[in-house]
Amino acid sequence: MSVETASKPIVSVPAAPVDTRSASLRAVYIIWYRDILRYWRDRWRLVASLAQPLLFLLVFGSGLSSSLGSAFGRGTGISYIQFMYPGIIGMSILFSAIFGAMSIVWDREFGFLKEVLVAPIDRWAVAIGKALGGTTQAMIQGLILLVLAPFVGVKLNLLTVMELVPLAAVLAFGLASFGVALASMMKSLQGFQVVMNFLMMPMFFLSGALFPLTNLPGWMTWLTRADPASYGIDPIRRVVLANSGLPHVDSLGLTINGQVLPIPLEAAIMLGFGAILLGVAVVMFQRRD
Amino acid sequence: MAETAIEAKGLIKKYGDLVAVAGIDLEVHGGEIFGFLGPNGAGKSTTISMLCTLLTPTAGIARVAGIDVMHDPAAVRQRIGLVFQDPSLDDQLTARENLEFHAFIYSVPAPDRRRRIGEMLEMMQLTDRASSQVKTFSGGMKRRLEIARGMLHQPQILFLDEPTLGLDPQTRKSIWTHLNELRSKKGVTIFMTTHYMDEAEYCNRIAIIDQGQIAALGTPDELKAMVGGDVVTITSDQPEQAASEIKQMLGVTPSRDDGTLRMEVADGKAFVPRLVRELSAPVDTVTLRRPSLDDVFLKLTGRAIRDEEVSAKDRNRAMASRWMSRRR
Repeated sequence: MSVETASKPIVSVPAAPVDTRSASLRAVYIIWYRDILRYWRDRWRLVASLAQPLLFLLVFGSGLSSSLGSAFGRGTGISYIQFMYPGIIGMSILFSAIFGAMSIVWDREFGFLKEVLVAPIDRWAVAIGKALGGTTQAMIQGLILLVLAPFVGVKLNLLTVMELVPLAAVLAFGLASFGVALASMMKSLQGFQVVMNFLMMPMFFLSGALFPLTNLPGWMTWLTRADPASYGIDPIRRVVLANSGLPHVDSLGLTINGQVLPIPLEAAIMLGFGAILLGVAVVMFQRRD
Repeated sequence: MAETAIEAKGLIKKYGDLVAVAGIDLEVHGGEIFGFLGPNGAGKSTTISMLCTLLTPTAGIARVAGIDVMHDPAAVRQRIGLVFQDPSLDDQLTARENLEFHAFIYSVPAPDRRRRIGEMLEMMQLTDRASSQVKTFSGGMKRRLEIARGMLHQPQILFLDEPTLGLDPQTRKSIWTHLNELRSKKGVTIFMTTHYMDEAEYCNRIAIIDQGQIAALGTPDELKAMVGGDVVTITSDQPEQAASEIKQMLGVTPSRDDGTLRMEVADGKAFVPRLVRELSAPVDTVTLRRPSLDDVFLKLTGRAIRDEEVSAKDRNRAMASRWMSRRR
């Protein structure tokens, strides 16, 4: 074979239009779908992730409920375990949303992220696909816990469930976006433990999942109001308990300057938080590394 | 040959003071298998990454499939297939699901998806494992699946970075059979890096890269012709005496590595009897062979590609990937 190099100069082909916008939308879908597929395939994770909420409800909840007795409810007729139950739904959403979205760090570690990042798609598709994947997983994880309602003396009806779905979605979206933003700044699995201990656990404890956010010491009042998860868990509790015939739940809820916030406002705060962090994640992903 | 598939002029990549690629010019013809050969750290992966738009060159130009890599990376990526050095499959998904994912993000039209996935699985002999999770695959099967995936959006050029690294010889051979089949059936241009000298023989043309520069470029035969005839090696208990005798009496300067002397001569068959007759130093063994690409590399760089180092590195890599997959 001869090596005469064809000295014909290359004609630059005018870049044939690659329609990256519709490709990116397809990518959002398939990235989301992959997460759901993996979630569905990993049944053990599904079962295992129910273990922690159950432990909280059965041991922690029952224990505190009987020791506090009727002193807990301040005349609302709400027992501690009833109060805690929506909080545990919130907890489940919080952890699954952040963990789900942070699977990007695993994808980076095991090489799969490279396959996605070199594709002729826009990087925002990766951030949004992952955020939606985390949102969906977390919603399922949270709403599954509704089957426990009869055991804690909470009555569910169709209206409650219909109101809960969008509220769970909003909380899940906010925290999944938070997870994607975190993952976009992490290059390895090493920072994971730090995130877990210094961000997720405080977020959970301060969110009002385990105790009412009223009559707290001043510094703690401030911290709980700064915790975005508070604005996602409070409306879930109010909807679940009010529809269950416990209308005075609001007096155990989240207040700002003594005022109870309207549920749509709380949802808007959560949604805004999610949108901002998703924006951060998109910017971080678009930086070429 | 068809038109030019890849063209690079004065391609440079610097990281601060470190020069990874020090000015590369090359031209790859459409439909050929082009091998990029060199030791670890020579700049192979950096060059391939620039051609694939994964790294921005510090200077120089590169056109891939006729498109400037700096000007429109997305258009380049749509026209090339990539097989990375490190695995990049989702091993929780099945082979087919991995391919479907790829077809989606590369905008393979819906009516073609099933057909192309089926065809590539068939070509890579993975049809019967299409519905198995990738974590059950062997190293060679994973590589074949990655090649299938890289071809799914019908690229004009397939880039492979060390596609056979860490695989056993038999598996390496089968990967080559598949690559040759792809080239002949699909007419795809193949650009690959390797540090296995024996593999470079499968390529139509080779560039030998050392310290960020191309040391030689040509067909395997042309490169071997650079060595000039045959390679004779002898082992001796007194290599220094033997070396000086060879220099004085036969007019050839051998290169020495411990007790082994190596020389390049025009006509080996005539040289060996003379060597044995004239030498008074004891000679233990004499070998005569045609030059290999190892000899070419040695001649060009004064160094051998050390296979021992390479295989130690491969072992580490293989161990690391086993450990990773266990953790998962």
